[in-house]
Amino acid sequence: MSFLFIQFLNGLASASSLFLVASGLSIIFGVSRIVNFAHGSFYMLGAYMAFTLVHKLSGGTIFGFWGGVVLAAAAVAVVGALVEMILLRRIYQAPELLQLLATFGLVLIVQDLVLTIWGPEDLLGPRAPGLRGAIDIFGQSFPQYDFVLIILGPVVLGLLWLLFHRTRWGTLIRAATQDREMVAALGVNQSWLFTSVFTLGAFLAGLGGAVQLPREAVNHVMDLQIITEAFVIVVIGGLGSVLGAFLAAVIIGELNAFGILIFPQLTLVLTFLVMAVILVVRPWGLLGKPEGVVRGGAGAERPIKPLSPTGRNATVALLVALLALPMISGNYGLSVASEVLIYTLFAASLHFMMGTGGMVSFGHAAYFGLGSYGAALTVKYFGVPMLAALVAGPAVAGIAALVFGWFCVRLSGVYLAMLTLAFAQIAYAVVFQWSSFTGGDNGLIGIWPAPWAASPTAFYYLSLLLCGGGIVAVRRITFAPFGYTLRACRDSALRADSIGIDLARHRWYGFTLAGFFAGIAGSLYAFLKGSVFPDTISIATSVDALVMVLLGGVQTLAGPIVGAATYKILHVSISSYTDQWRTALGVIIIVLVVAFPMGIVGFIQNRLLRSGRVEDAA
Amino acid sequence: MSANTLSVRGLCKNYGGVAAVSGVDFDLAPGEILALIGPNGAGKSTCFNMLNGQFPPSAGSIKMFGEELVGKKPRQIWRMGVGRTFQITATFGSMTVLENVQMALISFHDRLRALWPFAGGLYQEQAFQLLELVGMATQAGRPCSVLAYGDLKRVELAVALANSPKLLLMDEPTAGMAPKERIELMQLTADIVKQRGISVLFTEHDMDVVFTHANRIMVLSRGRVVAEGKPKEVRENPEVQATYLGTGAVYDHSKDTGAA
Repeated sequence: MSFLFIQFLNGLASASSLFLVASGLSIIFGVSRIVNFAHGSFYMLGAYMAFTLVHKLSGGTIFGFWGGVVLAAAAVAVVGALVEMILLRRIYQAPELLQLLATFGLVLIVQDLVLTIWGPEDLLGPRAPGLRGAIDIFGQSFPQYDFVLIILGPVVLGLLWLLFHRTRWGTLIRAATQDREMVAALGVNQSWLFTSVFTLGAFLAGLGGAVQLPREAVNHVMDLQIITEAFVIVVIGGLGSVLGAFLAAVIIGELNAFGILIFPQLTLVLTFLVMAVILVVRPWGLLGKPEGVVRGGAGAERPIKPLSPTGRNATVALLVALLALPMISGNYGLSVASEVLIYTLFAASLHFMMGTGGMVSFGHAAYFGLGSYGAALTVKYFGVPMLAALVAGPAVAGIAALVFGWFCVRLSGVYLAMLTLAFAQIAYAVVFQWSSFTGGDNGLIGIWPAPWAASPTAFYYLSLLLCGGGIVAVRRITFAPFGYTLRACRDSALRADSIGIDLARHRWYGFTLAGFFAGIAGSLYAFLKGSVFPDTISIATSVDALVMVLLGGVQTLAGPIVGAATYKILHVSISSYTDQWRTALGVIIIVLVVAFPMGIVGFIQNRLLRSGRVEDAA
Repeated sequence: MSANTLSVRGLCKNYGGVAAVSGVDFDLAPGEILALIGPNGAGKSTCFNMLNGQFPPSAGSIKMFGEELVGKKPRQIWRMGVGRTFQITATFGSMTVLENVQMALISFHDRLRALWPFAGGLYQEQAFQLLELVGMATQAGRPCSVLAYGDLKRVELAVALANSPKLLLMDEPTAGMAPKERIELMQLTADIVKQRGISVLFTEHDMDVVFTHANRIMVLSRGRVVAEGKPKEVRENPEVQATYLGTGAVYDHSKDTGAA
């Protein structure tokens, strides 16, 4: 009994830190509608800065410690303010996804920055002076410091409540959360409002990181860990709701504390299952409301058209060049080319889902990775030949998409995206933690292609056949009635429903189909690498796919193809020049978002339109 | 079985404690054009949204040729032969005018899930005929996102006609249009439905449109039918005049007549 009570307190203590991060994320989203991927980076920066400042300031005094913690949070707030003023102000008008992508660019840059300044080792912070001891509760000892944390959460909640309900600034923020155009129309300077909100959010994240210092080692992967949890909390609580974030933080904190006792292997799964259930029952989270008024927004897409004669000639030329590639390229070049082809199909499948289907996925790697594992596991356990595995992989991915999709298509917008992320993380957790079956962190190795496809040239042709075929099929389906049906659902749910289209059902089929095609890419990837690791299902892989699609331009059909090729080639060439490919990639992403918000193909199309070479339908 | 296209009995809708629609009864004969009028907040749109399945009624029944519509979803009601246009147009912005109509035809012919044929080549002729009917054939290739509002209304009409409906529900068909356009569009609608024997139920604020084209008019006020009959009878009905001119016969003096 006493042990359970201690676990309960542990849960509350970790909930506090989660709440600090999540409330900041929620406030920022509420006002600026930006899903700030870099929020985890602020948390990590807070922890690292606190580590340094506490060491510099304190001779082990109370003021030194807490002064360091608060200064660290303030420093992160300054970083946040700068980021808002320099970067985000330029992209508030951009589509939601591009904003997300820009903040992911920041994540990459901060990761490299942290590695450069503080090095790759885990850093152990000092314990808080005066709170080093433990308190005896029912015969069990409980750290004093954790008590302070338990109190900190509700105190911050109370302060935030006072701030929002008892100050002029808070009233403006609440007004802006409901309808920011109206607030602007009343003569409020939005720029400073947004900056101040972002600064506050960054401060809270930095504080959340800093107070963790005595509890856990500071490391350079804590950003993505916490951001996933913070997303979950914000989504469960309801975007924009601080009290919701608090409730959700307590739920998740307790779930972690007790889940570890019941299903020690599956704590991650448990978290995401709870989220999935809550979202299906309450699509806007516990205390959230349906998304507020959004006026204007991105212009409508142009109608799609089959290739013009020029386009057709270019495609044939590209195909000939691809067929001739083995004559001029060495083995390394061919294997890079196979990888580019595989990623192109992966990107095309994501584009089918988010461009054509209007369902933005943050977790498309799930289907790519499960395709890989599906193929690898059938080889490993049933010893099937490669071709059979290439069927099994996509089948596994398709079935996963069928199951996950059933839940996802009931939501829309950011909530849908978060649920896809949640399912991807569940898949990741299962693969990672079920090591007796999947090899866990060590992955599965020795997944080599059949002898007839073993040479790089043969495998390249196989990839060209399957990926090229897949891309053509996706494109064909886009032009077929089913593709039109998906676009109809995306363009106007009201109209689609009133001409007899069952939205949820058709979006579900579209989701599944996209997962299946990602699975084809994933299965090939397993044989290309000869191995499979949990990385293939990670957030990083999902983001890779998103970057590829957005880089090319989500509103164009050729976009994912151009985007994937550009991205992969950039990736390979940058990593061969510098170790800091993350920074380079981050900078490229940000520049692209600011300079080419329509993507490469969209940019070219617009230029052509302006010069009158493509006939404007108007 | 009933010979009436629609027969509505005891239709009610409550929002919390407010009765937006209470006890509405009416019949709609085949080929008849029935106008539903009333001041803002009278319950017209609520009635409409219940008829096409968007909201479930709190009580009452809606029968179409004897078949109950209550409990059916909008898409099921559409499949029974009900076409609909919206107060604020809803079209597929990323598709051309022609494709919008083709989409409805694809759905009507139950080929939504076909993976192979080019959608752009399906039912082209039928779609063109519908566009010619509403005078939009010359703009068939333009995207709906760039059309003028009056033209969007015409596209909606063509889309609504795609499933060869027996009943058209039109929520303020001429709202937001220039006077000349209004008259043209309603004349066009009247001609088409007469030709095809379609029943029409529409709401409208433009009284010229209402009195020119409706066979029968039903006046709603605060959720109740206060008058019903031929245009001439309705025009002379004192209660209707009170409703529109606000003599205080219908409104509480404590209530604001402008409340929506």
